[in-house]
Amino acid sequence: MKRRNVIICALLYLAAILAIIVLEKFLPPTHIALAVLKKGCIYSLVAVSMNLLNGFTGLFSLGQAGFMLIGAYTYAVLTIPVAERDSVYMYFDGGIIQFSVPVFVGLLAAGLLAALLAWLIGLPVLRLKSDYLAIATLGFAEIIRAFFQWDELGVITNGSNMLRKYPTFTTTLFPFLVCSACIAVIVLLIHSSYGRAFRAIRDDEIAAEAMGINLAKHKRLSFCISSFFAGVGGGLLAMYQTSIQAMTFKSAMTYEILLIVVIGGLGSVTGSCIASFLFIASSEWWLRFLDTEMTIGNFKVPLLRAGFRKVVFSVIIMVIVLFARKGIMGDHEFSIDGICSFFKNLGKKKEVKS
Amino acid sequence: MDFISKNLPYLLAGISVGGQYALIAIGYTMVYGILRLINFAHGDIFMVAALVTVYATTTLPLYVSIPLTLVVTVILGLAVERVAYKPLRSAPRMSVMISAIGVSYLLQNLALYVTGGLAQTYPAIPFISDTIQIGSATTKMVTIVTPILTIVLVFALMQLINHTKIGMGMRAAANDFETSRLMGIKVDNVISMTFLIGSFLAAVGSVLYFTNYASVVPTSGAMPGLKAFVAAVFGGIGSIPGAVIGAFIIGICENIIKGLGWTTFSDAFTFALLIVILIVKPTGLFGEGATDKV
Amino acid sequence: MKKLVALALCATMCFAGALSVSAEDVVKIGVFEPASGDNGAGGKQETLGIQYANSVAPTVEIDGTEYTVQLEIVDNESSAEKAPSAAADLVSRGVSVVLGTYGSGAAIAASDTFGQAGVPAIGVTCTNPQVTEGNTHYFRICFLDPFQGTVLANFASEKFEAKKAYVLTKLGDDYSAGLGHYFTEAFEGLGGEVISDTFPEGNADFTSYITTAVNEGVDVIFAPTSTEAAQLIIDTAASQGVTVPLLAGDTWDSNVILNAAEGKDVQIYVTTFYQEGGNEEFDAGIKEWINADSTNLANNGGDDTVAAVTAMGYDAYFTALEALKNAGSTDPAAVNEALWDTTYTGVTGEIAFESENGDAMRDTAYVKQANTETGAWDFVAEQGVN
Repeated sequence: MKRRNVIICALLYLAAILAIIVLEKFLPPTHIALAVLKKGCIYSLVAVSMNLLNGFTGLFSLGQAGFMLIGAYTYAVLTIPVAERDSVYMYFDGGIIQFSVPVFVGLLAAGLLAALLAWLIGLPVLRLKSDYLAIATLGFAEIIRAFFQWDELGVITNGSNMLRKYPTFTTTLFPFLVCSACIAVIVLLIHSSYGRAFRAIRDDEIAAEAMGINLAKHKRLSFCISSFFAGVGGGLLAMYQTSIQAMTFKSAMTYEILLIVVIGGLGSVTGSCIASFLFIASSEWWLRFLDTEMTIGNFKVPLLRAGFRKVVFSVIIMVIVLFARKGIMGDHEFSIDGICSFFKNLGKKKEVKS
Repeated sequence: MDFISKNLPYLLAGISVGGQYALIAIGYTMVYGILRLINFAHGDIFMVAALVTVYATTTLPLYVSIPLTLVVTVILGLAVERVAYKPLRSAPRMSVMISAIGVSYLLQNLALYVTGGLAQTYPAIPFISDTIQIGSATTKMVTIVTPILTIVLVFALMQLINHTKIGMGMRAAANDFETSRLMGIKVDNVISMTFLIGSFLAAVGSVLYFTNYASVVPTSGAMPGLKAFVAAVFGGIGSIPGAVIGAFIIGICENIIKGLGWTTFSDAFTFALLIVILIVKPTGLFGEGATDKV
Repeated sequence: MKKLVALALCATMCFAGALSVSAEDVVKIGVFEPASGDNGAGGKQETLGIQYANSVAPTVEIDGTEYTVQLEIVDNESSAEKAPSAAADLVSRGVSVVLGTYGSGAAIAASDTFGQAGVPAIGVTCTNPQVTEGNTHYFRICFLDPFQGTVLANFASEKFEAKKAYVLTKLGDDYSAGLGHYFTEAFEGLGGEVISDTFPEGNADFTSYITTAVNEGVDVIFAPTSTEAAQLIIDTAASQGVTVPLLAGDTWDSNVILNAAEGKDVQIYVTTFYQEGGNEEFDAGIKEWINADSTNLANNGGDDTVAAVTAMGYDAYFTALEALKNAGSTDPAAVNEALWDTTYTGVTGEIAFESENGDAMRDTAYVKQANTETGAWDFVAEQGVN
């Protein structure tokens, strides 16, 4: 990367932080825009971590929701203040864990436990090929969910009941900083020799092996790292939601994240981030008006009623999947040079026309 | 005797649900055999079939609405293939699978919109909805009808595949897609036929399944679909008898697990079984081993 | 070019989203209810009650000024995951008070968003104790699960002399698990024995569960579930020839259950907040209103049976108006303050909030039985804890 670009990137990053601070100053703290930004940051992280696996290493895993579940529960279980445990674990006499750890330790533990489980699951599962791997990881996510809802483990997981009253964040800066730091780590990894090995595996496993890349080791590494960040993302999501329940981490959540990754472009980190924000904002904010009946003058707009938002949204997704197959960014990255050349090209086209 | 009378209902429930999974699983296994595509939308097509019956019976008599359901479902299956999968034939497999997830998402949301989020009650169909007594167990007629009908349909399907020209085309396409195209087989027709059969069986399955469990919601197809897919993998993907046997095994095991009191893990067990079989015998019970081509 | 079009599309969506009607002298009441997901059916019926109340009393006089009440309805999709942003959306629309939600999970998940924004919320039929516990902004007008569970356990042991009960709850559903827990506690306290099972989400096959209940020789089956599962449970119980009574909580008080039970040989008892016929004027009014509009009729499940949650929605709306009047302002903080002392006599009885958590002070529940011939609810008893 050129030095100029580094400086511009740093400036852009600072500008983003500044923009968030300004937004928080002028908008009420619960404004929907801030909610979308928070969730968008978290989804960016989980989408990028899924992209690391699916887009960069070519391992088609559908276990994301399961690892997020582990992260969310680990974080919540470890950080609920001791004083609140009696009321949270009201059916289980306060649970058996009678200590609590600081937020960052909780998030780290969330990631580590998810990574540990990924390592264990990876031992048998990573030997499977593409679709089989997908369906096996999907199955694991379901099994994990059943375990977390199991009554017998209720003293730790609170069974079917919600976990809440753990520390959360109020400022958007917190998820932004944590997520951007995590994404930065992933980007560094992708640009390291490990990242090149991952891409080699994606492009051709046999050729990669012939070049001396240890397939098993690299696949496992990618799987664990991806799960680590999914776990951290899960912990952040728990903070965002202020209460969690295993039921929300269904396979539908994995599909959502997968769609984000695809819309952004498999193999593009910036694509995943942009797609996350667009996805969250349109599904939870911009399209909401489609759910309420509307009359313009005397004309009652047809079709508008509860649920129409989701229909429109899924049609948009289908259109993107079918017609913009490479997603927003393809496998390119959003870069300063890219923008420069985009505008140059735009200028050229106009010149030709005139 | 007491043991049998107490456990007979579990077994009956297992056989019945197994037969219904089998009818869905065939659609998965055939599509996968040819296109190497996990058709995630298949379970939702099954759900839409049920909704079509629900809405059709509000105005039409049963003997019209059930054939209508079959026709509409087949058309839907073909349309999904034409719109969402065919344009992606040369695209990487992951794109097609994501397209399938997209279709599934769309069908569920459409169903949500149409039903307004309210569970729809499936109409009672004479004869198969009737209650009968088997030994000590009381159950619906459909419990008995399902396995019989499943076996008959599978037998007919096997005849079709083994003894007709289109069946030969299917086998050829499943074996080697590119070569069969070169050999002059109209692969697109073969694929359409596959989706036709798959959707038809899913529609039949939906009639049986929802007669037993008479409530239809947009997500009704998701779990049976996933389990049917597990059944297909279990039996060896691409193999029709494998899918049927896999479905029965899964249906019965699931109910035994519930009977043993491990209800929390009844779904988890299915997936655990899947993972075990994938690791021990990746090609399933009856699947053919495939070698990697470099 | 494609990218430019996409950008333009996004931009228009932005503007469309930002569009909102603003007029003077409007007070906004948020309706935070599920219209999809597991609790969609119940949420819609509850919303109907609120909408009907709004049609009855479209304006309110606050501090000498006549305000038009505008309902802001969002769908929380019965999901704890979508609830915070749905709540944030409501808060952004500038509501003075929020009503909802059906299903405690989404209420608990959204509680902090409302709390942060300083917007008070009135729980309509969320019965889990954790909704209001330890906060000062979430109120509720219905009874709680510990109460309801005890009532049901008492009813089971008094009416049926039940010694053994089968408790079937949904895995991962805190309403179901909570009510099941309280029932078990109370029932075991009365010297009974409980067999409990859970069913996973998306489960449609209840044959095994019913078989287990029959094999265990239980005296009652208690199934606090959503109406969706209820339909299937009733159907299976009927086709398996179950003779013991089925008991359930407030969620089962719905015409979905009546339709499922009609013409079948099953006994179904539920505890609930309101018995149709409790207030003739309200019943007649809402039936006429529901029948006048096909959408409303569809949302009510296709007929005009008045669900208790509808009556509760109606009362919640008027409680909110009462609070607005008492506050003398549309400021959420003032409304929150005023709610503590707000009382209202609604169709479901006296509503007043106790001063610790803001729960309704209710000491009786109605028990009713599904009449499988007429397809209506028959009143059985008023049951208290003692």
